[in-house]
Amino acid sequence: MTKQIHLAAHFPGVNNTTVWSDPAAGSHIEFGSFREFAQIAERGKFDFLFLAEGLRLREQNGKIYDLDVVGRPDTFTILAALAAVTEHIGLTGTINSTFNEPYEVARQFASLDHLSGGRSAWNVVTSWDAFTGENFRRAGFLAQDDRYERARTFLATAIELWDSWHGDEILADKETGQFLSTAEPGAFRHKDTFFDIAGHFNVPRSPQGRAVIFQAGDSDEGRDFAAASADAIFSRQSTLAAGQAFYADVKGRLPKFGRTRDELLILPAATFVLGDTDAEAAEIAHEVRRAQVSPATALMFIEQLWNTTLDGFDVDGPLPDFDPVVSENLISKGRASVRQFAKDPVALAADWRARAEAGNLSAREVVIEVTGRQSFIGSAVTVATTINELVQADAADGYILVPHITPGGLAPFVDKVVPLLQERGVFRADYTGITLRDHLGLAPLDAPAIAAAG
Amino acid sequence: MPTPAPLHLAVALDGAGWHPAAWREPDAQPRRLFTAGYWTELAQQAERGLLDFLTLEDGLGLQSDDHFQADARTDRVRGRLDAVLIAARVAPTTRHIGFVPTAITTHTEPFHLSKAIATLDYVSTGRAGIRVQIGARADTAAHFGRREIPPIAADRRDDPDVRQLIADHFDEAADYVEVLRRLWDSWEDDAEIRDVATGRFVDRDKLHYIDFEGRWFAVKGPSITPRPPQGQPVVAALGHAQVPYRLIARSADVGFVTPRDAAHAAELVGRIRAEQASAGRGDETVHVFGDLVVFLDESKAAAEARRQRLDELAGTEYRSDARIFAGTAVGLADLLQEWQEAGLSGFRLRPAALPHDLTQITERLVPELRRRCLFRARYEAGTLRERLGLGRPANRYATA
Repeated sequence: MTKQIHLAAHFPGVNNTTVWSDPAAGSHIEFGSFREFAQIAERGKFDFLFLAEGLRLREQNGKIYDLDVVGRPDTFTILAALAAVTEHIGLTGTINSTFNEPYEVARQFASLDHLSGGRSAWNVVTSWDAFTGENFRRAGFLAQDDRYERARTFLATAIELWDSWHGDEILADKETGQFLSTAEPGAFRHKDTFFDIAGHFNVPRSPQGRAVIFQAGDSDEGRDFAAASADAIFSRQSTLAAGQAFYADVKGRLPKFGRTRDELLILPAATFVLGDTDAEAAEIAHEVRRAQVSPATALMFIEQLWNTTLDGFDVDGPLPDFDPVVSENLISKGRASVRQFAKDPVALAADWRARAEAGNLSAREVVIEVTGRQSFIGSAVTVATTINELVQADAADGYILVPHITPGGLAPFVDKVVPLLQERGVFRADYTGITLRDHLGLAPLDAPAIAAAG
Repeated sequence: MPTPAPLHLAVALDGAGWHPAAWREPDAQPRRLFTAGYWTELAQQAERGLLDFLTLEDGLGLQSDDHFQADARTDRVRGRLDAVLIAARVAPTTRHIGFVPTAITTHTEPFHLSKAIATLDYVSTGRAGIRVQIGARADTAAHFGRREIPPIAADRRDDPDVRQLIADHFDEAADYVEVLRRLWDSWEDDAEIRDVATGRFVDRDKLHYIDFEGRWFAVKGPSITPRPPQGQPVVAALGHAQVPYRLIARSADVGFVTPRDAAHAAELVGRIRAEQASAGRGDETVHVFGDLVVFLDESKAAAEARRQRLDELAGTEYRSDARIFAGTAVGLADLLQEWQEAGLSGFRLRPAALPHDLTQITERLVPELRRRCLFRARYEAGTLRERLGLGRPANRYATA
């Protein structure tokens, strides 16, 4: 059988992907928006939907960032509610491993898995900044270098908790009065630098056994972490060459962890713009990018990279001719893109200037070019063909689609592109399995070996 | 004689029912306790009975017959799902009934719970609440490894240092509720402006840092979730002594108490009202509900026989912190009416066995109360707060 494509849908969060000013844009907090989004995605037979997580409102220059969508639901709670209005689609949420404890997160995912009939998935991320920590009891923060160790150990602990119930503990024998087969269900003990916990996990083994594990790692350490422990990677490489390189690299790391190629799916995030023709789509895409990067937004991005306020700066003129302010103290707080900018801002600024020169671009136009380009632009036939070619060429195992209008922006993809993929026999015509593991083609987990008594 | 005011009814859902042997009844479904279907059916049954809200028990360790430590029993229901997630899963399948899950304040993050309950309020369109509970068990603390809670031996429970520890837990719970409430107000109602002309999605002047600093945590805010539909979801707490009565009076909208009889009910209401006055909340509505375990059958003899039979199955006489009622719907209605006259505004009924006693509540007790003009004939449109006569509070941070 031809390699099958996996598709998922991300309800974008609090960044400039969403064009909230479009009359068709819906609410980012009312349940109806999320319900509609989930039901469109399920109609499209998508493997899963994905929601990120909010821990602190973003700020820039000491003020709450107000140009993008602000405000979102709690991830666990909204996913549980979406389980009520869907039947098949997987429910993936980002939950951080810094401002949480493994016992609580493990029971929340186990509960979500029970309540959804085995559809839960966890995108494991690690925050480490003091800014975010100001909302939490453990207000301290991790050293950046510790973040993968923290994520690794948190995930390992959660897996131990999930595996502490083997699946045969509940007899519920009314006749004999034995509810449990053992007096010590869920017994566990875990001790390392980060966690020293012991006792009994209180959620019986769920339908999938564990949440499906997602990870979004790009660095060398991140790729190893994913190759060792994840079931799927959210990646950023949605083009052919970059995608193939990433795919080959990460899948190539699996054998050293004793895993096979089909045990880890590579799923880049991808935006899209559809049109009746490729030309029409290109025009719409250009307008969408201009809407996503307004003059005010462009200024914010430039200030972020240059790490300084730029009073009176004209975004229709050239980029600043001085270098960014390199400092530990970043004016932008609470957003992921900042970390990219802060890696080597001087080099990145030089890259931006080179683009401006090459394309005779204004500052705003450079920002549009570097931040906004959509992954798939074209007619439904073009987009379907492109996606299929990329997957068949092992640039990805599928894509996580991110519409710029929510919730309805997913519908044209579901209505026009999905049928073409189904016709070609590369995407499911209907769900055949029950759990998210089934949809992703992952084998069911073996029940942990039943421990010897005592 | 003036018409008595209608009373409020809540039902407390836990496992297969509150009696430890309830799971062995013929109509019990102990294999379904970890499914969405089980809780959905119970909630829908409660809603058919027009009940104000349901509560969901929870804990961060295995259930135990001993309040202060684990037991190693295999003949009891053990294991449970997260109550907030059960509520979120079930609420969209209902239209009116309120959902008040339990959360443990001692071991969790108030920032996470505030957005979780705000989200529950959104997915239920204004029917969310939370019952805050302290976690005093040493073994539960060991699941987190963040604080040492000494094991409390049965014979040391009235020692001054133990009482101080419990009092500290309740002070922390009061701080926790203060953080919840500030975070629910941290977004003004009209903070989201979607102002195309200025490109602003929100008016940042309507978002507020809460700047809470206390002994156990500091929380900056604002919340990442907008103001809940109810403004302030309903906060409840269960109390058995002066320290928790103080929490109810200072921090809650609904208190659950466990009177022995009508005179005791009146006394407890009096104590809570006195604490309310000290806390400056004398002019606010704080409901005081009586908790009761109920065995309901067609005759008192049948109810008592069922209770007896379940006790034999369990191997011990079931004892509760709450008064146990075994009898008919008419008998229970008499008791509720008497205790209401003593000052309680409602009751939280704990069904001894599920679904039997919940069905008796909705199909026998509620019609009997309606016959006495003591209970609603239909749900009114509105939020859980409105149903409890609480009104929508002004936002403490709004200046205009």
